[in-house]
Amino acid sequence: MRPSDLRPPRHNDEHDNYRHDHRLGGAVVARPVGALVPRIGIGGPVGSGKTALVAALCRTLSTELTLGVVTNDIYTTEDADFLRRAGVLPDDRIRAVQTGACPHTAIRDDITPNLDTVERLERDHPTLDLILIESGGDNLTATFSYGLIHRQIFVIDVAGGDKVPRKGGPGVTRSDLLVINKTDLAPHVGADLTVMERDAAAGRGTRPTIFTSLRVDPGALAVAEWVRAVVAAAPARV
Amino acid sequence: MDSVLLLLLDTRSPSGGHNHSMGMESAISVGLVRDQEDVATFCRGRLRTSGRVAASFAAAACDLQTSGGGEWSRLDAEFDARTPSAAVRTASRQLGSGLSRMARRMLPGFTVSAQHHPIVLGAAIAAAGGDRGLSARAAALSTISVPASAALRLLGLDPFAVQAMLADLAREIDQLPLPGPDDLPADAAPALDLLADHHLTMEVRLFAS
Repeated sequence: MRPSDLRPPRHNDEHDNYRHDHRLGGAVVARPVGALVPRIGIGGPVGSGKTALVAALCRTLSTELTLGVVTNDIYTTEDADFLRRAGVLPDDRIRAVQTGACPHTAIRDDITPNLDTVERLERDHPTLDLILIESGGDNLTATFSYGLIHRQIFVIDVAGGDKVPRKGGPGVTRSDLLVINKTDLAPHVGADLTVMERDAAAGRGTRPTIFTSLRVDPGALAVAEWVRAVVAAAPARV
Repeated sequence: MDSVLLLLLDTRSPSGGHNHSMGMESAISVGLVRDQEDVATFCRGRLRTSGRVAASFAAAACDLQTSGGGEWSRLDAEFDARTPSAAVRTASRQLGSGLSRMARRMLPGFTVSAQHHPIVLGAAIAAAGGDRGLSARAAALSTISVPASAALRLLGLDPFAVQAMLADLAREIDQLPLPGPDDLPADAAPALDLLADHHLTMEVRLFAS
């Protein structure tokens, strides 16, 4: 038995106004103060496909939801430029945050610059339905503070090695959704997807994991479905 | 000193300073700052110009908060008038907003409509029980500790060498005469203003200022 099993269930946690939905994983320990719309953080190691996932979600969801995006790329505007070139969102709904050479600080220890940016985005676009906040690429220990976001996705990729889910770290074990990207590369890098699936399930309990290949599925349809569930479970006004 | 004051002034407290370099990233990128000695020169220059201005405004803000608050917009306008670079004014407002957000959560009932960082700092210190001397010193110190921390990250300096350098400058801060109640100096370093404006044009930048 793990220590967490000893605690009473907290499905009606007063800090989390989201309706319970088994697809969304475990209880959240805090929530952003004053948030006007649902916010989803997207983190993960360098090169795992965070920006590509954001672009895919924007393409799939932008006809049904009004989206805003905040990027924390290490080179500041590179991710934002990628999204603009992809033409998935109007310029003014993509904002870039400088992280002071410390991407994990900006999403966890001192979320001030991200909060300022997200709140300005909410003020400038009162009709937003959802904000995606993309972390700069970091390591397996980087996770978002729930003072900034409501739910978080951690993106790893098959080419990073099939041992990553077993190595764990808070991104792999505690994220609300684990996305394992680039499954099309598995045969080329000798990665065993069943090992990744087993280790992810062992470390994550009831929290969901989705395997994807954005090359094969450029709309990230399964992830988009999870995002729809997050938006649907949000209170009328967060 | 009350422990809440220590916490308010702790650089690890989440007030948004970590992604500012106050001109250091710009100075490094153009080759003006290359090593520990250059960092010390940069910080000393900042301390004797914008540091002195920040100290005076923090002390004035502490006085205003202690006397029950009031004309924060006038103090903000005075600071604007002494800050010719638009980039520096923006950065100062961002830092002020971050500190204000944290202070409101830390100090029950505290609000301040001031925008610029040294002014919010002086007001928050007053609300936490500190005096104008502490406000002045804390504001002066923040004008060098922020760029020093950025230099540490960008140049891979020895953190203890950086800390020793800051300690030398901290002693200098303690030797400075305290600003008088109506003393709002206008010391400036034009190179720092130019570096701040240059920063916004850099293609690759990791810091907000």
